[in-house]
Amino acid sequence: MNIMQTLRYIVKRVFLAAVSLFVIITLTFFLMNLMPGDPFMSEKATEESRAIIIAKYGLDQPIYVQYVRYLKNLAHGDMGTSYVLQKGRDVTTIITESFGISMQVGIRALILAVFAGIIMGCLAGLNKDKLPDSIIRVVTSIGISMPGYVIASVLMIILAVRLGVLPINYNKPGGAVMPIITLAAYPTCYLARLTRASILEVMNQDYLRTERAKGMSEFVVVFIHALKNSLIPVITYLGPLTASILTGGFVAESVFSVPGLGRYFVSSISMRDYTMIMGVTIFYSSLIVMMNLVCDILYKIVDPRIKLD
Amino acid sequence: MKINVLSMQNKISPDDFTPLADSYFKEEALDTEEIGYWKASWQRLKANKIAMTALVIIVILVLFAFLGPKLSPYSYDQQVRGDEAMWPCMKHLFGTDRLGRDLLVRCMIGTRISLTVGLVSAVIVMILGSIYGSVSGLIGGKVDIFMMRIVDIVYSVPEILLIVVIKMIISEPLTNLIDNVPAFHGLQKIGSGLIAIFIVYGCLYWVGMARIVRGQVLQLKSQEFVTAAEALGCSRGRMIREHLLPNCIGQLVATAMLQIPSAIFTEAFLSYLGIGVSAPMASLGSLTSEALNGITSYPYRVFFPAAIISLIILSFNLFGDGLRDALDPKMKK
Amino acid sequence: MTGTGSNTGNDEREVLLEVRHLKKYFGVHTGFLKKTDLKAVDDVSFVIHKGDTLGIVGESGCGKTTLGRTILRLTEPTSGDILYEGSSIMGKNMKDYRDKMQIVFQDPYASLDPRKTVADIIGEAMDIRKSYSSKEERREKILGLMHLVGLNAQFYNRFPHEFSGGQRQRIGIARALAVDPGFIVCDEPVSALDVSIQAQIINMLEDLQQERKLTYLFIAHDLAVVKHISTRIGVMYLGHMVEMASSRELYERPLHPYTQMLLSAIPVANPDLSARRKRIKLQGEIPSPLAPPSGCPFRTRCPQACASCAEVMPELKEVEAGHFAACHVLQEKG
Repeated sequence: MNIMQTLRYIVKRVFLAAVSLFVIITLTFFLMNLMPGDPFMSEKATEESRAIIIAKYGLDQPIYVQYVRYLKNLAHGDMGTSYVLQKGRDVTTIITESFGISMQVGIRALILAVFAGIIMGCLAGLNKDKLPDSIIRVVTSIGISMPGYVIASVLMIILAVRLGVLPINYNKPGGAVMPIITLAAYPTCYLARLTRASILEVMNQDYLRTERAKGMSEFVVVFIHALKNSLIPVITYLGPLTASILTGGFVAESVFSVPGLGRYFVSSISMRDYTMIMGVTIFYSSLIVMMNLVCDILYKIVDPRIKLD
Repeated sequence: MKINVLSMQNKISPDDFTPLADSYFKEEALDTEEIGYWKASWQRLKANKIAMTALVIIVILVLFAFLGPKLSPYSYDQQVRGDEAMWPCMKHLFGTDRLGRDLLVRCMIGTRISLTVGLVSAVIVMILGSIYGSVSGLIGGKVDIFMMRIVDIVYSVPEILLIVVIKMIISEPLTNLIDNVPAFHGLQKIGSGLIAIFIVYGCLYWVGMARIVRGQVLQLKSQEFVTAAEALGCSRGRMIREHLLPNCIGQLVATAMLQIPSAIFTEAFLSYLGIGVSAPMASLGSLTSEALNGITSYPYRVFFPAAIISLIILSFNLFGDGLRDALDPKMKK
Repeated sequence: MTGTGSNTGNDEREVLLEVRHLKKYFGVHTGFLKKTDLKAVDDVSFVIHKGDTLGIVGESGCGKTTLGRTILRLTEPTSGDILYEGSSIMGKNMKDYRDKMQIVFQDPYASLDPRKTVADIIGEAMDIRKSYSSKEERREKILGLMHLVGLNAQFYNRFPHEFSGGQRQRIGIARALAVDPGFIVCDEPVSALDVSIQAQIINMLEDLQQERKLTYLFIAHDLAVVKHISTRIGVMYLGHMVEMASSRELYERPLHPYTQMLLSAIPVANPDLSARRKRIKLQGEIPSPLAPPSGCPFRTRCPQACASCAEVMPELKEVEAGHFAACHVLQEKG
């Protein structure tokens, strides 16, 4: 592949990612200001003292002044202070802290999903139309059809309420198991289906027939040649998957009271904590944009068949 | 005569040389009778047992949701005194909640909302996405690049976040609009919450469809029949209407069909978080979250709405897969 | 200087189409921020007389298909002028010319909309122009066109995928004839067909030309095909017209070394003749159109190339009466 063309592509993608981020930041900022009410509505304060608070945070200034100030601060990594949720604390600190917890759950869920998904997919694909395949197909079809909160509720009823083997509260020992399974359920099933389809496709390719004709043992054919090639589409899914697991913890975190970022986001919305909402949105967006950027570039380099546009 | 087993020779008998009966040709002539694209697709779909089962379930769910509440003696917001927090029984098949509301009829209403959200969102996505995608692909050049950059940006937005934010913003003005402007009174019944979901969905989810349609259009555009139409003086609008969209309608419908589950997911999720439909309206999402409070004593309250929504999504997934295979055999994996 | 219209071959008849210094360049990314022009058609000029057929031949990638489409402005030319019946079509709304200039395509599979019936494909031109007052009139006209190209009336409501390549090509021709054009670009109309069908289609095109006073620009990559139908033949190489002469003249006395090579590649059925004929083998690959050789584009493969060939691009000049060639060696001799 032409190195100059690749470089051109990378520069283009990085530029595009920067533009995307800027648009998202701007959009969120102005959307936030369109939101009805202000963060201090719920406080039992006189009109006067409310005006003082609003002036203190600079919310009485014209919107473009606020916007420019926000951008300036953002460039220094300062996303302001939380107005309501954890009054007075730095949004950046809250995000870093709670995202750390989200990561702990997310990464374990990711590992679980990748292993369980690929193993199930292989089992099904290599035993096409036999019993394991049928079972796995039924299970995964149902799995991708259950919303996260349904899975969470089912887990809770069975494991916590009926059997009482696991605690509902995240902070008790074993409390992380149910959030992890909840998070991992959908990607596991999706990955299993993807792997199965990919294996079936690869198994029909002429080059495998050639390997067999050359007298290679079935073991070599399957594990060296088939699996290697059938994992390419699976790998391309890992990027978006990581992003969605790291940012998609709202349900699991809310249901199981995990003090992660997703839960803060949900509560900051109902409390109209402007700076918090903006901070989380910008943080998540950057994460997703970066992740997509790295993935796109990586697999254009890895798989030369993907055309550069 | 002894025949060598390895012989490749055809085994011929004198019968092979008798002329075919006239009826043979007649039947063949009938066979070449044109089978339209839709008819052929329908035949392929009918042969797919899983998809047909899913279709039957969808039909039953539609009846359940739209006919069911009319047959029920209760209404979804009726609080039956003395029947609070009942387990499933003959009087209340799905039991009641702690306010004495019949859960069967509330589930029916919830299903109605899920199905409506799914279908309307799919239609919105299909219309926006196909217009945007085909215009972008057909015009090409700088316009195409610019339009696709917008798509890229919308694509990189974490949609669930933006949905939540936009939803919060437009809910209140929307409610005012519906309540105060006479022209919009008709929308009262649907509720501002649902309309907000439609708007948000339309704003964000069309991009996937737009990309697919554009890809198809680009592929079709390079084919000579499009150039031929251009040479005949075909206008751009006519080109999209007559040549481009009909040729990717199969993929379009199939993709839109697979959008339905994702829209249903989103609505249930929002309602679960308490920012979807507004009380006392019932959604399968809000029913589950209400039920979670009493999960230790009344697990059935979680079970019914959760099972129904999973069934809805499962049947749409399976039917969508079957439809995709039937409409566009080339796409089959 | 090749005066525009000077390569007419001393013909006093009416000129239908004239192409002057037509160029079509495509910008192609060849590196980081670097764009190179791909010169698909580079400074091509010719005229076609009413009722004639100009054959265009060349290897694949020489720009002949682009030439055909650029003339109809299906791809916008980079520069140059196209005159139809004496007036330029550049900068004008092509709508007025879509009735007069039509095209028949190479691929009989891709050139028909698979979702439309034969009737709708042939009738599309009429539908666009709304040039009928009743359904019956439309039907009559379509059936007439089908009859004209030898399609059975019972195919009226059939779909393209039910037909063979030859029949599909007939549908394509009927579609082009629906607007009653004066000029048709035939873009390799028989290349994708079986040899036995090729003759049928070519004969039909010739009959139609007689009947309807059509003028053709007939593109092919095969000299044997164009010889039959063309009045004059132009040979293209890397976007340039390298030789142009009447059909018979070009066959009997090809002047440009490239044409000589192309001709010698045509197999001859007579073994005696075949043995006697001097076979000139075409050497090497066609150079990348992104980096064409300096001077004469053919010099890298030309057995007669000399020093001056690398310097100046030879112009298409009348070497003998009515016989044009772009070659330094020939022009110096002449």
